[in-house]
Amino acid sequence: MSDHNSSTILRLQKVKKYFPVKRDLLQQIMRVGEQQYVHAVDGVSFEIEQGKVFGLVGESGSGKSTTGRLAVGLLEPTEGEVIFEDVHLNNLSGEELRKMRRYMQVIFQDPMASMNPRMSLGEGVGHGLKIHRLVNSQQEFRHRVSEIFEKVGLTPGDAYFDRYPHQISGGQRQRAVIARALVMQPKLILADEPIAMADVSVKAILLDLMVQLQREFGLTYLFITHDLATAKYICDRIAIMYLGEIIEVGDIRTVYTNPKHPYTEALLAAVPVPDPRFRRPAPMPRGEIPNAINPPSGCRFHPRCPIAQDICKTEHPRLLDVPGQAGHMAACHFRTGDYIHLDPGPLINMNVAMAE
Amino acid sequence: MSLFQVVPDHSQVNKQEIILSIRDLSVEYQTRRGVLSAIDTLSLDLYKGEVLGLVGESGSGKSTLGKAIMRMIPSPGRITKGQLIFKNQDLMAYDENQMRDVRGKQISMIFQDPMTSLNPVQRIDNHIIEAIRVHEPNISKDEALARSESLMERLGIGRRRLKEYPHQLSGGMRQRVMIGLALALKANIIIADEATTSLDVIVEAQFLDLLRELKEEFGLTILLVTHNIGIVAELADRVAVMYAGRLAEVANVDELFHNPKHPYTQGLLRSVPNIAIDSQDLYRMDGTPPNLVMPPSGCRFHPRCPHVMDICHQKQPWLVRVDEIGEGDEQVGGYDKHLASCWLHQEYQGATQARRY
Repeated sequence: MSDHNSSTILRLQKVKKYFPVKRDLLQQIMRVGEQQYVHAVDGVSFEIEQGKVFGLVGESGSGKSTTGRLAVGLLEPTEGEVIFEDVHLNNLSGEELRKMRRYMQVIFQDPMASMNPRMSLGEGVGHGLKIHRLVNSQQEFRHRVSEIFEKVGLTPGDAYFDRYPHQISGGQRQRAVIARALVMQPKLILADEPIAMADVSVKAILLDLMVQLQREFGLTYLFITHDLATAKYICDRIAIMYLGEIIEVGDIRTVYTNPKHPYTEALLAAVPVPDPRFRRPAPMPRGEIPNAINPPSGCRFHPRCPIAQDICKTEHPRLLDVPGQAGHMAACHFRTGDYIHLDPGPLINMNVAMAE
Repeated sequence: MSLFQVVPDHSQVNKQEIILSIRDLSVEYQTRRGVLSAIDTLSLDLYKGEVLGLVGESGSGKSTLGKAIMRMIPSPGRITKGQLIFKNQDLMAYDENQMRDVRGKQISMIFQDPMTSLNPVQRIDNHIIEAIRVHEPNISKDEALARSESLMERLGIGRRRLKEYPHQLSGGMRQRVMIGLALALKANIIIADEATTSLDVIVEAQFLDLLRELKEEFGLTILLVTHNIGIVAELADRVAVMYAGRLAEVANVDELFHNPKHPYTQGLLRSVPNIAIDSQDLYRMDGTPPNLVMPPSGCRFHPRCPHVMDICHQKQPWLVRVDEIGEGDEQVGGYDKHLASCWLHQEYQGATQARRY
């Protein structure tokens, strides 16, 4: 994974996605009440470098999956730009976008739900090849698909071609879903919780397979997960989301060893460590992630933040560079920006926690 | 033991008093393809005041064991043999009426999704009051309300929220209500079956902190059923590892994580991403968990085992002591004992002397 070809493959610029909330029956009949919106994604910007793994991490309701769908053109943004290899996805017609999709493949969490149970594995996995007319004969089709099966460890590939999704194990199904993405020779793969459903012993194998394929084919992943330990294993860069916003972004090592946003600190500290000699640093922030219909004013994390002050209730912090750390940005008044002199210090001393 | 820097705190555990003793328990499911052996002749003791982590992958039988203790195995499954000795009584001999008194009041269960355990059209306070009064008919409604209010206050759920319905609470709050129900009935044992799995990581950490405090405050005995070994490391005093319906290994939490004896435990521990380790090399375990309609012969782990020997195909290994056996220390089982079922270890102890626990 050398850096000689470091060019941006995907760029999101101030992307927003609001979903209308259905009004209740009485409001509909009376035609009263204001139309409300879920601010699922609210002004997200980031760039992914070609050949890297970019992680998008957050709790449920943070908007990470919606951001992922926006990034590969599965959803249209309410506002903002999604630029894939210098092409603005918003400007494309349906047909143009469909052609583009070949290069942006998706792996979802539940492999059973991702596959057509009535299609054989071979036909299902290779379906895209036929849709995009990338093969000329059934023989070539079968050959291409079998080849990919072997790449993902379904060997012998030809033997899996005629089997059906229900005839293989969950781990094998997820391999087939990975094969389906790969067979299109994509440039970018959106992997949305790709290993969350797998068993512990199978997770490691799938994770390793994804790393190996990424290196072999020079793939770029947008890797969405709620598991920070998994993110640490696979990602080069990471963005932490909270209530539709990115609150911190940076190289994985920098963010994990030197988190700037109090939410990132808490998130990292909350991860259970599989070692009983390790003591998790306490305390945790209070409460849970609020709903995204009426997000809190100012900094959206302020109601739960242990270091919040009055300024946090009124002023919205921007995502700004962390002084002296290239490529590391955070959105906290006290850690970046104008109020850095008021920083009460780290919430949790991560280094002490790690050493114990 | 001097090797260990931090010895887990077992101070709350009564190492003499076994509150629940599972003896030679088997659970089978009748399926179209044949009999599925979900739990095979399993014996395990639960000590008063301990948190026993029960770990395994899906299909290992860990959830089945939790349900079997409550005698709530859904048809077509059934307990085919064994005893469940609870307070010197065999629960297997109880009739449905007696079991109803055990369930909830003496042994409580918390599931992954609390929404399915709570009545959606009943207010939270009525839930708790009703549960208290079903099991303690002499208590007045006001007394029951007072008890539930003070309990829920302790769990961080204010009086106002008690008047709400389950769907109005967040996932973390619902899970705290479930704990509250168990505490209100003064349950002896709480079985938490993947109770934190649907919670977000910060809420999960809050819940684990709460469980730890409650355990000390109320002297709770908890059977923590989970696939997440991080949670076990954090909360458990002892750990039992299940594989394909049998126990692979039982040890105190520090022993299990730092001196695992069974190849399955060893593989499992090394295949989990650890946020506290830099540039980790994950272990890739071969194969997948077996089909329990036709389980592998001998040791059920042998098709995936990196140390497999001839005998592993032929004979089932016993669950035996694998720690140092001192003089006059011949008692079987026991809180501090490290047990594993693997031929690698029966060998050096001498298979004839190996005793089954």
